[in-house]
Amino acid sequence: MLKALGYFVELLRGIWITTRHFVVNMWFHTLNLFGIKTKRKGAVTIQYPEQKKDLAARHRSLHRLMKREDGKPRCVACMLCVTVCPSECIVIEATEDPDPEIQKYPSTFVIDLNRCCFCGFCVEACPEDAIRMDTAKIDLAQTSHDALIFGLDKLLK
Amino acid sequence: MTDLGIVLIKIVLALVWFLVITLYLTWAERKESAVLQDRIGANRAKIFGLRLFGLFQPFADAIKMIFKEDFVPAFSRKFLHTLAPFLSFFFVAITISAIPFGDDIRVAGKTISLQIFDADIGLLFVLAMLSLGIYGIILSGWASNNRFALLGSVRGAAQLISYEVALGLSLVGLIMVYPSLRLSEIVRAQGGLLFGFLPAWGVFLQPVGFVLFLFAAMAETKRVPFDLPEGESEIIGFFAEYGGLKWGMFMMTDFMEILIVSTLLTTLFFGGWQVPGLAEGGFHFPWGGTWHLAPWLVAVFQVAAFNIKVFFFCWFQILIRWTYPRLRYDQLMDLGWKWLVPLGLLNILGTAIVMSL
Ligand code: SF4
Ligand code: SF4
Repeated sequence: MLKALGYFVELLRGIWITTRHFVVNMWFHTLNLFGIKTKRKGAVTIQYPEQKKDLAARHRSLHRLMKREDGKPRCVACMLCVTVCPSECIVIEATEDPDPEIQKYPSTFVIDLNRCCFCGFCVEACPEDAIRMDTAKIDLAQTSHDALIFGLDKLLK
Repeated sequence: MTDLGIVLIKIVLALVWFLVITLYLTWAERKESAVLQDRIGANRAKIFGLRLFGLFQPFADAIKMIFKEDFVPAFSRKFLHTLAPFLSFFFVAITISAIPFGDDIRVAGKTISLQIFDADIGLLFVLAMLSLGIYGIILSGWASNNRFALLGSVRGAAQLISYEVALGLSLVGLIMVYPSLRLSEIVRAQGGLLFGFLPAWGVFLQPVGFVLFLFAAMAETKRVPFDLPEGESEIIGFFAEYGGLKWGMFMMTDFMEILIVSTLLTTLFFGGWQVPGLAEGGFHFPWGGTWHLAPWLVAVFQVAAFNIKVFFFCWFQILIRWTYPRLRYDQLMDLGWKWLVPLGLLNILGTAIVMSL
Protein backbone atom coordinates (compact mmCIF):
# COMPACT_ATOMS: atom_id res chain seq x y z
CA MET A 1 0.00 0.00 0.00
CA LEU A 2 2.75 2.40 1.03
CA LYS A 3 4.79 1.25 -1.94
CA ALA A 4 1.93 1.99 -4.30
CA LEU A 5 1.63 5.45 -2.78
CA GLY A 6 5.34 5.96 -3.45
CA TYR A 7 4.83 5.03 -7.10
CA PHE A 8 1.98 7.47 -7.31
CA VAL A 9 4.08 10.29 -5.88
CA GLU A 10 6.83 9.53 -8.38
CA LEU A 11 4.29 9.53 -11.21
CA LEU A 12 3.19 12.99 -10.17
CA ARG A 13 6.79 14.18 -9.90
CA GLY A 14 7.49 12.88 -13.41
CA ILE A 15 4.56 14.66 -14.94
CA TRP A 16 5.53 17.82 -13.05
CA ILE A 17 8.96 17.77 -14.67
CA THR A 18 7.66 17.33 -18.23
CA THR A 19 4.93 19.92 -17.72
CA ARG A 20 7.45 22.41 -16.39
CA HIS A 21 9.69 21.88 -19.39
CA PHE A 22 6.74 22.29 -21.72
CA VAL A 23 5.46 25.49 -20.10
CA VAL A 24 8.88 27.14 -19.75
CA ASN A 25 9.94 26.30 -23.32
CA MET A 26 6.58 27.36 -24.69
CA TRP A 27 6.90 30.69 -22.86
CA PHE A 28 10.25 31.42 -24.50
CA HIS A 29 9.04 30.20 -27.91
CA THR A 30 6.08 32.57 -27.69
CA LEU A 31 8.22 35.52 -26.61
CA ASN A 32 10.66 34.87 -29.47
CA LEU A 33 7.82 34.49 -31.94
CA PHE A 34 6.66 38.02 -31.12
CA GLY A 35 10.18 39.32 -31.61
CA ILE A 36 11.06 39.73 -27.96
CA LYS A 37 14.68 38.78 -27.45
CA THR A 38 15.39 36.53 -24.49
CA LYS A 39 18.69 35.30 -23.20
CA ARG A 40 17.40 31.75 -23.04
CA LYS A 41 15.85 30.06 -26.06
CA GLY A 42 12.97 27.60 -26.00
CA ALA A 43 15.10 24.88 -27.60
CA VAL A 44 18.75 23.96 -27.72
CA THR A 45 18.49 22.88 -31.36
CA ILE A 46 20.91 24.32 -33.91
CA GLN A 47 19.12 24.55 -37.28
CA TYR A 48 22.07 23.11 -39.14
CA PRO A 49 22.32 24.22 -42.74
CA GLU A 50 21.23 27.76 -41.90
CA GLN A 51 22.89 28.00 -38.51
CA LYS A 52 26.33 26.60 -37.96
CA LYS A 53 28.10 25.86 -34.78
CA ASP A 54 31.68 27.16 -34.47
CA LEU A 55 34.19 24.38 -35.03
CA ALA A 56 36.75 23.70 -32.35
CA ALA A 57 40.25 25.04 -33.02
CA ARG A 58 41.61 21.50 -33.28
CA HIS A 59 38.82 20.24 -35.50
CA ARG A 60 40.06 18.12 -38.42
CA SER A 61 38.29 19.09 -41.63
CA LEU A 62 39.18 18.80 -45.34
CA HIS A 63 42.92 18.68 -46.08
CA ARG A 64 44.84 21.40 -47.87
CA LEU A 65 48.42 21.62 -49.11
CA MET A 66 50.43 24.68 -48.10
CA LYS A 67 52.37 26.73 -50.65
CA ARG A 68 55.75 28.39 -50.68
CA GLU A 69 56.14 32.09 -51.47
CA ASP A 70 56.46 31.30 -55.18
CA GLY A 71 53.23 29.30 -55.23
CA LYS A 72 54.72 25.83 -55.48
CA PRO A 73 53.65 23.20 -52.90
CA ARG A 74 55.71 23.07 -49.76
CA CYS A 75 55.67 19.30 -49.87
CA VAL A 76 59.06 17.65 -50.49
CA ALA A 77 57.57 14.23 -51.32
CA CYS A 78 59.23 12.55 -48.34
CA MET A 79 56.42 9.98 -48.21
CA LEU A 80 56.06 10.18 -44.44
CA CYS A 81 52.35 10.88 -44.71
CA VAL A 82 51.91 8.01 -47.15
CA THR A 83 53.65 5.70 -44.72
CA VAL A 84 51.72 6.76 -41.66
CA CYS A 85 48.31 6.90 -43.23
CA PRO A 86 46.28 4.00 -41.72
CA SER A 87 43.78 4.02 -44.58
CA GLU A 88 46.45 4.02 -47.30
CA CYS A 89 44.63 6.72 -49.15
CA ILE A 90 47.48 9.08 -50.11
CA VAL A 91 49.28 8.53 -53.42
CA ILE A 92 52.34 10.65 -54.22
CA GLU A 93 54.59 10.60 -57.26
CA ALA A 94 57.89 12.37 -56.62
CA THR A 95 59.76 14.37 -59.29
CA GLU A 96 63.16 16.01 -59.15
CA ASP A 97 63.13 19.66 -58.31
CA PRO A 98 65.66 21.95 -60.07
CA ASP A 99 66.44 23.62 -56.75
CA PRO A 100 69.08 21.44 -55.00
CA GLU A 101 67.92 22.75 -51.63
CA ILE A 102 64.51 21.16 -52.16
CA GLN A 103 65.48 18.13 -54.24
CA LYS A 104 61.96 16.65 -54.75
CA TYR A 105 58.43 17.81 -55.24
CA PRO A 106 55.19 15.86 -55.83
CA SER A 107 54.07 15.78 -59.45
CA THR A 108 50.84 14.08 -58.31
CA PHE A 109 49.38 14.20 -54.83
CA VAL A 110 46.09 12.40 -54.47
CA ILE A 111 44.03 11.90 -51.33
CA ASP A 112 41.19 9.43 -51.75
CA LEU A 113 38.59 10.81 -49.35
CA ASN A 114 36.46 7.67 -49.87
CA ARG A 115 38.96 5.89 -47.67
CA CYS A 116 40.26 8.69 -45.46
CA CYS A 117 39.19 8.38 -41.84
CA PHE A 118 40.20 11.92 -40.90
CA CYS A 119 42.62 10.73 -38.25
CA GLY A 120 45.02 13.61 -38.88
CA PHE A 121 48.15 11.43 -38.74
CA CYS A 122 49.34 12.83 -42.07
CA VAL A 123 49.33 16.33 -40.59
CA GLU A 124 51.29 15.21 -37.55
CA ALA A 125 53.82 13.25 -39.63
CA CYS A 126 54.68 16.00 -42.08
CA PRO A 127 58.10 17.52 -41.33
CA GLU A 128 57.49 20.50 -43.64
CA ASP A 129 54.06 21.55 -42.34
CA ALA A 130 52.97 21.04 -45.94
CA ILE A 131 49.60 19.43 -45.23
CA ARG A 132 46.98 20.79 -42.87
CA MET A 133 43.38 19.95 -42.03
CA ASP A 134 42.07 23.38 -41.12
CA THR A 135 39.84 24.37 -44.04
CA ALA A 136 36.70 24.15 -41.84
CA LYS A 137 34.95 22.38 -44.72
CA ILE A 138 32.87 19.57 -43.29
CA ASP A 139 30.00 19.12 -45.75
CA LEU A 140 31.92 16.89 -48.14
CA ALA A 141 29.18 14.55 -49.32
CA GLN A 142 29.18 13.83 -53.04
CA THR A 143 27.02 11.73 -55.32
CA SER A 144 29.90 9.82 -56.91
CA HIS A 145 33.09 8.23 -55.66
CA ASP A 146 35.20 10.01 -58.27
CA ALA A 147 34.23 13.40 -56.92
CA LEU A 148 35.83 12.45 -53.61
CA ILE A 149 39.29 11.80 -55.05
CA PHE A 150 41.14 15.05 -54.49
CA GLY A 151 44.23 15.83 -56.57
CA LEU A 152 46.85 18.56 -56.41
CA ASP A 153 44.61 21.16 -58.05
CA LYS A 154 41.87 20.82 -55.43
CA LEU A 155 44.20 20.42 -52.48
CA LEU A 156 46.25 23.50 -53.31
CA LYS A 157 43.24 25.77 -53.57
CA MET B 1 -35.71 14.76 -47.49
CA THR B 2 -34.40 17.77 -45.59
CA ASP B 3 -33.94 15.55 -42.53
CA LEU B 4 -31.82 13.18 -44.54
CA GLY B 5 -29.86 16.13 -45.90
CA ILE B 6 -29.23 17.44 -42.38
CA VAL B 7 -27.99 14.05 -41.24
CA LEU B 8 -25.68 13.78 -44.23
CA ILE B 9 -24.28 17.26 -43.57
CA LYS B 10 -23.73 16.34 -39.93
CA ILE B 11 -21.91 13.14 -40.88
CA VAL B 12 -19.66 14.96 -43.32
CA LEU B 13 -18.88 17.74 -40.86
CA ALA B 14 -18.17 15.34 -37.99
CA LEU B 15 -15.91 13.18 -40.15
CA VAL B 16 -14.02 16.18 -41.47
CA TRP B 17 -13.55 17.49 -37.92
CA PHE B 18 -12.44 14.07 -36.78
CA LEU B 19 -9.98 13.36 -39.57
CA VAL B 20 -8.46 16.84 -39.69
CA ILE B 21 -7.85 16.87 -35.96
CA THR B 22 -6.45 13.33 -36.12
CA LEU B 23 -4.07 14.44 -38.86
CA TYR B 24 -2.95 17.39 -36.80
CA LEU B 25 -2.59 15.27 -33.68
CA THR B 26 0.42 13.70 -35.40
CA TRP B 27 1.83 17.20 -35.77
CA ALA B 28 0.90 18.06 -32.18
CA GLU B 29 2.58 14.90 -30.93
CA ARG B 30 5.82 15.71 -32.72
CA LYS B 31 5.83 19.33 -31.65
CA GLU B 32 4.77 18.75 -28.08
CA SER B 33 7.33 16.02 -27.52
CA ALA B 34 9.93 18.34 -29.04
CA VAL B 35 9.02 21.26 -26.81
CA LEU B 36 9.09 19.24 -23.64
CA GLN B 37 12.46 17.76 -24.59
CA ASP B 38 13.96 21.19 -25.40
CA ARG B 39 13.93 20.50 -29.13
CA ILE B 40 12.15 22.21 -32.03
CA GLY B 41 10.52 19.32 -33.86
CA ALA B 42 9.57 18.74 -37.48
CA ASN B 43 9.56 22.13 -39.18
CA ARG B 44 11.04 21.58 -42.64
CA ALA B 45 7.96 20.74 -44.70
CA LYS B 46 7.14 23.84 -46.69
CA ILE B 47 4.85 24.99 -49.46
CA PHE B 48 5.91 28.03 -51.52
CA GLY B 49 8.63 28.81 -48.99
CA LEU B 50 6.06 28.90 -46.19
CA ARG B 51 6.96 26.78 -43.20
CA LEU B 52 4.40 27.73 -40.53
CA PHE B 53 5.96 25.64 -37.73
CA GLY B 54 5.81 22.51 -39.85
CA LEU B 55 2.03 22.60 -40.22
CA PHE B 56 2.35 20.91 -43.62
CA GLN B 57 4.17 17.94 -42.13
CA PRO B 58 1.04 15.73 -41.87
CA PHE B 59 0.45 16.17 -45.61
CA ALA B 60 4.05 15.30 -46.37
CA ASP B 61 3.65 12.18 -44.23
CA ALA B 62 0.40 11.26 -45.94
CA ILE B 63 1.94 11.64 -49.39
CA LYS B 64 4.87 9.51 -48.34
CA MET B 65 2.60 6.73 -47.08
CA ILE B 66 0.41 6.77 -50.16
CA PHE B 67 3.38 6.34 -52.48
CA LYS B 68 4.97 3.53 -50.51
CA GLU B 69 4.66 0.00 -51.78
CA ASP B 70 1.53 -1.75 -50.59
CA PHE B 71 3.27 -4.92 -49.54
CA VAL B 72 1.42 -8.09 -48.57
CA PRO B 73 3.73 -10.93 -47.56
CA ALA B 74 3.29 -14.12 -49.54
CA PHE B 75 2.73 -16.20 -46.41
CA SER B 76 -0.07 -14.06 -45.02
CA ARG B 77 -3.79 -14.59 -45.41
CA LYS B 78 -4.41 -11.93 -48.03
CA PHE B 79 -8.05 -11.05 -47.45
CA LEU B 80 -7.88 -10.86 -43.65
CA HIS B 81 -4.55 -9.07 -43.85
CA THR B 82 -6.16 -6.34 -45.92
CA LEU B 83 -9.35 -6.28 -43.87
CA ALA B 84 -7.70 -5.78 -40.46
CA PRO B 85 -6.60 -2.11 -40.71
CA PHE B 86 -9.96 -1.13 -42.16
CA LEU B 87 -11.76 -2.85 -39.28
CA SER B 88 -9.74 -1.02 -36.61
CA PHE B 89 -10.18 2.24 -38.47
CA PHE B 90 -13.91 1.81 -38.94
CA PHE B 91 -14.79 0.87 -35.38
CA VAL B 92 -12.97 3.87 -33.97
CA ALA B 93 -14.28 6.29 -36.57
CA ILE B 94 -17.90 5.27 -36.01
CA THR B 95 -17.83 6.20 -32.31
CA ILE B 96 -17.73 9.88 -33.19
CA SER B 97 -21.37 9.59 -34.27
CA ALA B 98 -22.55 9.35 -30.66
CA ILE B 99 -20.66 12.38 -29.33
CA PRO B 100 -22.68 15.55 -28.73
CA PHE B 101 -20.79 18.60 -30.01
CA GLY B 102 -23.20 21.19 -28.67
CA ASP B 103 -26.70 21.95 -27.46
CA ASP B 104 -29.66 21.73 -29.84
CA ILE B 105 -29.78 24.66 -32.22
CA ARG B 106 -32.87 26.08 -33.92
CA VAL B 107 -32.52 26.92 -37.61
CA ALA B 108 -35.59 28.06 -39.57
CA GLY B 109 -38.02 26.57 -37.07
CA LYS B 110 -36.21 23.23 -36.97
CA THR B 111 -34.46 21.85 -33.91
CA ILE B 112 -31.15 20.29 -34.85
CA SER B 113 -29.12 18.39 -32.30
CA LEU B 114 -25.37 18.67 -32.85
CA GLN B 115 -24.99 14.93 -32.67
CA ILE B 116 -25.35 12.36 -35.42
CA PHE B 117 -26.86 9.51 -33.50
CA ASP B 118 -28.58 10.35 -30.22
CA ALA B 119 -29.30 6.82 -29.05
CA ASP B 120 -30.64 6.06 -25.59
CA ILE B 121 -27.79 3.53 -25.30
CA GLY B 122 -25.19 6.04 -26.46
CA LEU B 123 -22.63 5.22 -23.80
CA LEU B 124 -22.93 1.47 -24.33
CA PHE B 125 -22.68 2.00 -28.07
CA VAL B 126 -19.39 3.88 -27.68
CA LEU B 127 -17.93 1.27 -25.34
CA ALA B 128 -19.07 -1.57 -27.60
CA MET B 129 -17.52 -0.02 -30.70
CA LEU B 130 -14.27 0.69 -28.90
CA SER B 131 -14.06 -2.94 -27.80
CA LEU B 132 -14.85 -4.20 -31.30
CA GLY B 133 -11.75 -2.38 -32.48
CA ILE B 134 -9.78 -5.24 -30.97
CA TYR B 135 -10.85 -7.48 -33.84
CA GLY B 136 -8.63 -5.41 -36.07
CA ILE B 137 -5.66 -6.13 -33.83
CA ILE B 138 -6.34 -9.84 -33.49
CA LEU B 139 -6.96 -10.21 -37.21
CA SER B 140 -3.83 -8.33 -38.15
CA GLY B 141 -1.68 -10.52 -35.93
CA TRP B 142 -3.33 -13.73 -37.03
CA ALA B 143 -3.48 -12.94 -40.73
CA SER B 144 0.15 -11.80 -40.83
CA ASN B 145 1.20 -15.37 -40.04
CA ASN B 146 4.21 -13.99 -38.22
CA ARG B 147 5.12 -15.05 -34.69
CA PHE B 148 5.99 -11.58 -33.48
CA ALA B 149 2.85 -10.07 -34.91
CA LEU B 150 0.77 -12.80 -33.30
CA LEU B 151 2.53 -12.27 -29.97
CA GLY B 152 1.75 -8.57 -30.18
CA SER B 153 -1.87 -9.12 -31.03
CA VAL B 154 -2.35 -11.69 -28.28
CA ARG B 155 -0.83 -9.28 -25.79
CA GLY B 156 -3.09 -6.58 -27.18
CA ALA B 157 -6.16 -8.76 -26.83
CA ALA B 158 -5.34 -9.69 -23.24
CA GLN B 159 -4.65 -6.08 -22.34
CA LEU B 160 -7.74 -4.63 -23.97
CA ILE B 161 -10.07 -7.26 -22.53
CA SER B 162 -8.67 -6.73 -19.00
CA TYR B 163 -9.01 -3.00 -19.22
CA GLU B 164 -12.45 -3.24 -20.78
CA VAL B 165 -13.67 -4.50 -17.40
CA ALA B 166 -12.10 -1.61 -15.50
CA LEU B 167 -13.39 0.85 -18.09
CA GLY B 168 -16.94 -0.40 -17.72
CA LEU B 169 -16.81 -0.46 -13.92
CA SER B 170 -15.40 3.06 -13.70
CA LEU B 171 -18.45 4.35 -15.56
CA VAL B 172 -21.11 2.57 -13.50
CA GLY B 173 -20.87 5.18 -10.74
CA LEU B 174 -21.34 7.91 -13.31
CA ILE B 175 -24.42 6.22 -14.75
CA MET B 176 -25.85 6.02 -11.22
CA VAL B 177 -25.33 9.74 -10.67
CA TYR B 178 -26.79 10.82 -14.00
CA PRO B 179 -29.42 8.16 -14.43
CA SER B 180 -29.08 7.92 -18.20
CA LEU B 181 -26.99 6.26 -20.88
CA ARG B 182 -27.90 8.92 -23.41
CA LEU B 183 -24.81 11.03 -23.90
CA SER B 184 -26.74 14.22 -24.63
CA GLU B 185 -28.68 13.72 -21.41
CA ILE B 186 -25.49 13.16 -19.41
CA VAL B 187 -24.05 16.41 -20.74
CA ARG B 188 -27.26 18.29 -20.01
CA ALA B 189 -27.29 16.97 -16.44
CA GLN B 190 -23.85 18.52 -15.92
CA GLY B 191 -25.17 22.05 -16.50
CA GLY B 192 -26.08 22.93 -12.92
CA LEU B 193 -23.97 24.06 -10.00
CA LEU B 194 -22.82 22.07 -6.98
CA PHE B 195 -22.98 23.91 -3.64
CA GLY B 196 -23.56 27.09 -5.61
CA PHE B 197 -20.06 27.46 -7.05
CA LEU B 198 -18.73 24.20 -8.51
CA PRO B 199 -20.01 23.18 -11.93
CA ALA B 200 -21.84 19.88 -11.61
CA TRP B 201 -19.30 18.11 -13.78
CA GLY B 202 -18.65 14.40 -13.55
CA VAL B 203 -15.12 14.95 -12.30
CA PHE B 204 -16.46 16.60 -9.12
CA LEU B 205 -19.23 14.07 -8.60
CA GLN B 206 -17.11 11.03 -9.48
CA PRO B 207 -13.44 11.89 -8.82
CA VAL B 208 -12.43 8.26 -8.32
CA GLY B 209 -14.39 7.22 -11.38
CA PHE B 210 -12.55 9.88 -13.36
CA VAL B 211 -9.10 8.64 -12.35
CA LEU B 212 -10.03 5.03 -13.04
CA PHE B 213 -11.52 5.92 -16.40
CA LEU B 214 -8.43 7.93 -17.27
CA PHE B 215 -6.11 4.98 -16.58
CA ALA B 216 -8.32 2.44 -18.30
CA ALA B 217 -8.92 4.64 -21.32
CA MET B 218 -5.21 5.37 -21.69
CA ALA B 219 -4.65 1.61 -21.69
CA GLU B 220 -7.31 1.27 -24.38
CA THR B 221 -5.44 3.65 -26.66
CA LYS B 222 -2.44 1.25 -26.35
CA ARG B 223 0.05 4.08 -26.37
CA VAL B 224 3.25 4.33 -24.51
CA PRO B 225 2.83 3.55 -20.87
CA PHE B 226 0.57 0.73 -22.05
CA ASP B 227 2.02 -0.01 -25.49
CA LEU B 228 2.58 -3.73 -25.01
CA PRO B 229 0.80 -4.71 -28.23
CA GLU B 230 3.42 -2.73 -30.13
CA GLY B 231 6.46 -3.01 -27.88
CA GLU B 232 8.62 -1.23 -30.45
CA SER B 233 11.92 -2.22 -28.90
CA GLU B 234 11.27 -5.94 -28.54
CA ILE B 235 8.49 -7.53 -30.56
CA ILE B 236 7.62 -4.76 -33.06
CA GLY B 237 3.97 -5.56 -32.60
CA PHE B 238 0.86 -6.61 -34.38
CA PHE B 239 1.55 -4.49 -37.48
CA ALA B 240 4.98 -5.96 -38.10
CA GLU B 241 3.92 -7.17 -41.56
CA TYR B 242 2.23 -3.97 -42.65
CA GLY B 243 3.61 -1.16 -44.69
CA GLY B 244 2.57 1.97 -46.51
CA LEU B 245 -0.99 3.11 -46.23
CA LYS B 246 -2.21 0.14 -44.21
CA TRP B 247 0.40 0.76 -41.56
CA GLY B 248 -0.63 4.41 -41.74
CA MET B 249 -4.19 3.40 -40.99
CA PHE B 250 -3.10 1.59 -37.82
CA MET B 251 -1.18 4.70 -36.83
CA MET B 252 -4.18 6.91 -37.61
CA THR B 253 -6.32 4.59 -35.50
CA ASP B 254 -4.03 5.21 -32.55
CA PHE B 255 -4.42 8.94 -32.90
CA MET B 256 -8.14 8.63 -33.45
CA GLU B 257 -8.35 6.73 -30.20
CA ILE B 258 -6.64 9.61 -28.41
CA LEU B 259 -9.24 11.92 -29.84
CA ILE B 260 -12.13 9.62 -28.94
CA VAL B 261 -10.86 9.20 -25.40
CA SER B 262 -10.54 12.96 -25.12
CA THR B 263 -14.08 13.52 -26.33
CA LEU B 264 -15.33 10.86 -23.92
CA LEU B 265 -13.45 12.40 -20.98
CA THR B 266 -14.91 15.78 -21.93
CA THR B 267 -18.42 14.48 -22.42
CA LEU B 268 -18.60 12.29 -19.36
CA PHE B 269 -16.48 14.11 -16.79
CA PHE B 270 -15.97 17.69 -17.92
CA GLY B 271 -19.42 18.81 -18.90
CA GLY B 272 -19.15 18.30 -22.68
CA TRP B 273 -20.19 21.55 -24.31
CA GLN B 274 -21.30 23.12 -21.00
CA VAL B 275 -19.67 26.38 -20.03
CA PRO B 276 -20.26 27.22 -16.35
CA GLY B 277 -22.82 30.01 -16.18
CA LEU B 278 -23.68 29.91 -19.87
CA ALA B 279 -27.26 28.96 -20.51
CA GLU B 280 -29.99 29.95 -22.93
CA GLY B 281 -29.95 33.73 -23.33
CA GLY B 282 -26.36 34.37 -22.26
CA PHE B 283 -24.08 34.23 -19.25
CA HIS B 284 -25.79 34.17 -15.86
CA PHE B 285 -23.30 35.29 -13.26
CA PRO B 286 -23.65 33.81 -9.78
CA TRP B 287 -23.87 37.31 -8.29
CA GLY B 288 -26.99 38.05 -10.30
CA GLY B 289 -25.99 39.86 -13.49
CA THR B 290 -26.70 38.58 -16.98
CA TRP B 291 -24.74 39.12 -20.16
CA HIS B 292 -27.20 38.68 -22.99
CA LEU B 293 -25.99 36.80 -26.04
CA ALA B 294 -27.68 35.90 -29.30
CA PRO B 295 -28.64 32.19 -29.55
CA TRP B 296 -26.11 31.52 -32.32
CA LEU B 297 -23.37 33.08 -30.22
CA VAL B 298 -24.27 30.80 -27.33
CA ALA B 299 -24.01 27.81 -29.68
CA VAL B 300 -20.62 29.01 -30.92
CA PHE B 301 -19.40 29.40 -27.35
CA GLN B 302 -20.56 25.91 -26.50
CA VAL B 303 -18.94 24.24 -29.48
CA ALA B 304 -15.76 26.20 -28.81
CA ALA B 305 -15.79 25.11 -25.17
CA PHE B 306 -16.19 21.49 -26.25
CA ASN B 307 -13.26 21.82 -28.63
CA ILE B 308 -11.02 23.51 -26.07
CA LYS B 309 -11.69 20.78 -23.53
CA VAL B 310 -11.01 18.08 -26.11
CA PHE B 311 -7.74 19.75 -27.16
CA PHE B 312 -6.68 19.98 -23.56
CA PHE B 313 -7.13 16.26 -23.06
CA CYS B 314 -5.33 15.48 -26.31
CA TRP B 315 -2.45 17.60 -25.03
CA PHE B 316 -2.59 15.84 -21.70
CA GLN B 317 -2.49 12.36 -23.23
CA ILE B 318 0.47 13.26 -25.38
CA LEU B 319 2.18 14.65 -22.30
CA ILE B 320 1.65 11.35 -20.50
CA ARG B 321 2.89 9.41 -23.50
CA TRP B 322 6.17 11.35 -23.46
CA THR B 323 6.61 11.17 -19.68
CA TYR B 324 6.33 7.55 -18.61
CA PRO B 325 8.20 4.40 -19.58
CA ARG B 326 6.34 1.28 -20.56
CA LEU B 327 4.86 -1.00 -17.89
CA ARG B 328 6.07 -4.56 -17.67
CA TYR B 329 3.47 -7.15 -18.58
CA ASP B 330 2.82 -8.36 -15.03
CA GLN B 331 2.66 -4.77 -13.78
CA LEU B 332 0.10 -4.03 -16.46
CA MET B 333 -2.08 -6.93 -15.40
CA ASP B 334 -1.60 -6.04 -11.71
CA LEU B 335 -2.70 -2.49 -12.34
CA GLY B 336 -5.75 -3.66 -14.24
CA TRP B 337 -6.99 -6.48 -12.06
CA LYS B 338 -5.62 -5.69 -8.60
CA TRP B 339 -6.13 -1.94 -8.57
CA LEU B 340 -8.55 -0.64 -11.13
CA VAL B 341 -11.19 -3.35 -10.88
CA PRO B 342 -11.41 -3.45 -7.03
CA LEU B 343 -11.29 0.35 -6.85
CA GLY B 344 -14.04 0.48 -9.46
CA LEU B 345 -16.20 -1.85 -7.37
CA LEU B 346 -15.48 0.21 -4.22
CA ASN B 347 -16.40 3.33 -6.14
CA ILE B 348 -19.76 1.82 -7.09
CA LEU B 349 -20.36 0.85 -3.46
CA GLY B 350 -19.40 4.29 -2.18
CA THR B 351 -21.55 6.03 -4.76
CA ALA B 352 -24.50 3.84 -3.84
CA ILE B 353 -24.06 4.57 -0.11
CA VAL B 354 -23.76 8.33 -0.63
CA MET B 355 -26.76 8.38 -2.96
CA SER B 356 -28.99 6.43 -0.56
CA LEU B 357 -28.21 8.73 2.37
S1 SF4 C 1 43.70 12.01 -42.20
FE1 SF4 C 1 44.46 9.96 -41.70
S2 SF4 C 1 43.40 8.64 -43.16
FE2 SF4 C 1 43.19 10.74 -43.94
S3 SF4 C 1 44.89 11.01 -45.35
FE3 SF4 C 1 45.59 11.74 -43.36
S4 SF4 C 1 46.57 9.98 -42.41
FE4 SF4 C 1 45.35 9.19 -44.11
S1 SF4 D 1 54.74 14.24 -45.08
FE1 SF4 D 1 54.48 16.36 -45.80
S2 SF4 D 1 56.33 16.73 -47.01
FE2 SF4 D 1 56.22 14.52 -46.71
S3 SF4 D 1 55.13 13.77 -48.52
FE3 SF4 D 1 53.59 14.11 -46.96
S4 SF4 D 1 52.90 16.19 -47.33
FE4 SF4 D 1 54.79 15.97 -48.45
